[in-house]
Amino acid sequence: MNNLIIAPLLIPLLTGVILLFLRKHIVAQKVLSMLSGLAIIATSGVLLGDVLTNGVGSYQLGGWQPPFGIVLVADSLSVLLVLFSSIILVATTLFTYKGLDLERKNYYYYPLVQFLLTGIIGAFLTGDLFNLFVFFEVLLMSSYALIVLGGTKTQLGESIKYVLVNVISSALFVTAVAFLYSMTGTLNMADLSQRIAEIGQPGLVTVVALLFLIVFGMKAAIFPLYFWLPGSYSAPPPVISAIFAGLLTKVGIYAIYRVFTIIFYHHPEITHQIIGILATITMIVGVIGAVAYNDLHKILVYNVVAGVGFILLGLSSFNEDGLFGGIFYLLHDMMIKAALFLLVGAIIAITQTTKMNQASGIIKHYPLLGWSFLVAALSLAGVPPLSGFFGKLALIQGGFLAEQYVFVGVLLLSSLLVLYSVMRIFFLVILGEDRLPETHNSGQIKGLVYPSVFLLVLSFLMGMGAEFVYPYVADATFTLLNPEIYIEAVLKE
Amino acid sequence: MEIVISIVVGILFMIGTYLILSKNVTRIIIGTGILSHGVHLLLLTMGGLKQGAAPLLGQEAAAYSDPLPQALILTAIVISFGVTSFFLVLAYRAYNVHGTDDMEQMRGLESDE
Repeated sequence: MNNLIIAPLLIPLLTGVILLFLRKHIVAQKVLSMLSGLAIIATSGVLLGDVLTNGVGSYQLGGWQPPFGIVLVADSLSVLLVLFSSIILVATTLFTYKGLDLERKNYYYYPLVQFLLTGIIGAFLTGDLFNLFVFFEVLLMSSYALIVLGGTKTQLGESIKYVLVNVISSALFVTAVAFLYSMTGTLNMADLSQRIAEIGQPGLVTVVALLFLIVFGMKAAIFPLYFWLPGSYSAPPPVISAIFAGLLTKVGIYAIYRVFTIIFYHHPEITHQIIGILATITMIVGVIGAVAYNDLHKILVYNVVAGVGFILLGLSSFNEDGLFGGIFYLLHDMMIKAALFLLVGAIIAITQTTKMNQASGIIKHYPLLGWSFLVAALSLAGVPPLSGFFGKLALIQGGFLAEQYVFVGVLLLSSLLVLYSVMRIFFLVILGEDRLPETHNSGQIKGLVYPSVFLLVLSFLMGMGAEFVYPYVADATFTLLNPEIYIEAVLKE
Repeated sequence: MEIVISIVVGILFMIGTYLILSKNVTRIIIGTGILSHGVHLLLLTMGGLKQGAAPLLGQEAAAYSDPLPQALILTAIVISFGVTSFFLVLAYRAYNVHGTDDMEQMRGLESDE
């Protein structure tokens, strides 16, 4: 059973390698990508059931005892994230049938996405810090290629900045690993956790912890380190932006959650307080950006930034409710952000512009698209029957329990502004008088709306059936709050 | 010995940062190269620079140098090599399309008002 843990990692890797040889056969590429996504959904579903009944699973690569070898760890949090990533892969692959030009599909779009997924899933599953770095590089390399794929002027300019920022953050990651290795002499997360608990996290280790916060914060786009994101995420075509918005920043958030609950949890009054302050400012700048722009892409991109702030607030309150809310909101956010970017991709395909004031009245010709967007917008803001509500409710409870009244106030106010920013798109572009360009016809977006509807139905079910999701997220929270479960599962004899 | 190497690493970081803050793309790429040299040297130093044989069992010495940082550096070197070559080609392509290698003039989106 434990061998299954490596399957979600091997499936996209092998699929990606096979797809490299099928460059000219687009249909075969689509089918194989789809099958790979479904296979990962199936295996991670089985793994999820297994983790809930038998506890945290671990797989020792090459049979070497940890901490000497590399170990893959499957706890509820990482398996849930693997499952949701593969769902997004399936939805975006569906979108590419009509939503991506032949030129890009011809130049290795599908294999690159598979390699991106390999890196993401590897980062979720690994139990070793340096291995985490390597998987980060795997996903970053694929994302560099995806962001510049097509080679338009905007893409080239933005990808130079994106690559530069990530090269610097990778250098800092290796620096942090080097410092931590010189202090503890190990790189295995469970072993690190034990050794740091023995010495009680002295000041030097806290400094390294903050260096890790800077590194992962650069990937996750938290407040002073988010400046690269608005440009980079608006440059590529909508389907690639959707993959990035759904998955890439979430890997950084996951790494922050993992590192600050398993390894550096001894001085929350320093580290978690700093995370709370940064998360609050991230929410503020996110919503300011979302309200300020009249550009569809920019509004969504700044909503990604605001979402990062919401999720990190759960880590800052560092109690059961806060972490539960953070994880639940993280899962909801992955699906809703991908759905919103795909919907906006469809809207742009109709209106031929990203400006809000140049076209309106979509709902008269495309009712399904219009109403889907309304559902996505309400869910993003956290209106009760939809999935965004439960996460934010638990986040607010956690914040009150930790007596972080200012943070909770900012969270509520930001939710209001998030709602305002997306409803502005709804009222100005989707409702309103009929001002669409002459060229539009209903065949144009055929099949572009269904992937988002698929994601929205899933997120609706996640909101309505929250009691089915509850045990998995609660188990993930329990493991995060009790690192000894994780350590025992990895370092068992 | 560690002190001397640490100072050298600091100087490499300094030069790297200075070059990355310049306008010219080529200078920026040279800066990232120097930065990654500094990082690799730091990794080696943090593993300890005590005397010992090269990590080859055939040498049958009493003590060996730590093999783990060397493996980590080898991994980090090939990764940064791959990224740097991609970055160089990207800069070349951007130079052809934009007609400039000045980061100030390489504004991506015109719709940024």
